Amino acid sequence: MHGYANPARFLRLAKLLTAPLLIGGGLLAVAVLAWALAAAPAERLQGDSVKILFVHVPTAWLAMGGWSAIAIASLSELVWRHPLAGVAARAVALPGAVFAALCLATGSLWGRPAWGTWWVWDGRLTSMLVLLFLYLAYIALADAATRDGQGQSRIPAIFGLVGAVNIPIIHYSVLWWNSLHQPPSITAGKSEMAAPFLIGLMASTLAFSLLFGGVVLARMRAILADTQAEARLRRRAMNAADV
Amino acid sequence: MNGAIKAKHQRLVLVIVALVALIGAGLLAAWALRNQASYFYLPAQIASAPPEPGRAVRLGGMVEAGSLKKEADGITLSFVVGDDKARVPVRFAGIAPDLFKEGSGVVAEGRMGPDGTFVADNLLAKHDEKYVPREMKDMTEAQARQTVEETR
Repeated sequence: MHGYANPARFLRLAKLLTAPLLIGGGLLAVAVLAWALAAAPAERLQGDSVKILFVHVPTAWLAMGGWSAIAIASLSELVWRHPLAGVAARAVALPGAVFAALCLATGSLWGRPAWGTWWVWDGRLTSMLVLLFLYLAYIALADAATRDGQGQSRIPAIFGLVGAVNIPIIHYSVLWWNSLHQPPSITAGKSEMAAPFLIGLMASTLAFSLLFGGVVLARMRAILADTQAEARLRRRAMNAADV
Repeated sequence: MNGAIKAKHQRLVLVIVALVALIGAGLLAAWALRNQASYFYLPAQIASAPPEPGRAVRLGGMVEAGSLKKEADGITLSFVVGDDKARVPVRFAGIAPDLFKEGSGVVAEGRMGPDGTFVADNLLAKHDEKYVPREMKDMTEAQARQTVEETR
């Protein structure tokens, strides 16, 4: 991993991958969602509203995966002082927050026809809302730390690790506690989901993952360019002061 | 060099100790919350420790097959919510969600009546984790698999 600690080498790879990830993910997402709207079967109980599944579940997984990535980046920032770890964590936070919000919004739209309510304070819904708030807090904290200059990235990293406690809570909320949300349909080696739903879900998860990856790489490049431009400006200002 | 490695290891150990403490605290909190954080009571919990009549509680379980009846006034539903240990009769006047049916999950919001009947003022449908297309609902698993194979 430290081979990519060199930002120049990382930037070359990131530049190469950003466009294919965004375009590939976008095309696949359009294809899967068009299939879902036009051709996916209706569910035996829920009817057509089951199609929200193809957006709701991938966004939920990626919102949780996003924070896991922040936690791993925070760990390598705190322990190994990896120079790109803080950049990666900051880049993940925004798409992570957007995906958490999408998950909550689509879940609410789905809850109305399926359960008969837009929102309940059960364990799963509440812990997912907490994840959205954690993302917003992380974004604010990381921005403040960047404004304050170098050496402050440790505080968001600690927050990133502490917030990771919420990820297993989200996962186990439906198993530990009685909740309106149903337990997971897909567990290790076993799926309670019929093949058409499962295959569609896997395809849309792949599509959203590619998009997520593309956005993260684009944002990492933007953050690195920002840092570079700022350093250059500072150097120029110092030179001007010398003259 | 040696010093750098040492500092790195020190940080790693520190972070691991902090994480273990954190996860322990999280697990303890989750364990302590296991009753409070549950969204509803199971029929067995209601039967073994009935909440005082009038206190707002939620009851969740399966709508027992064959128990759902519409009363003479046309809007009051009565049914039995059960799990494998206990059964609680429920009365509800209002509009039930589409997915509310016998043999399916329900969460009833309301209170215990004096006669041991749960009086619900809202029903939420709780579905299970199975997703089955309409066309396959009456097939057995083997038939469904065969259909999927044929249409491939």
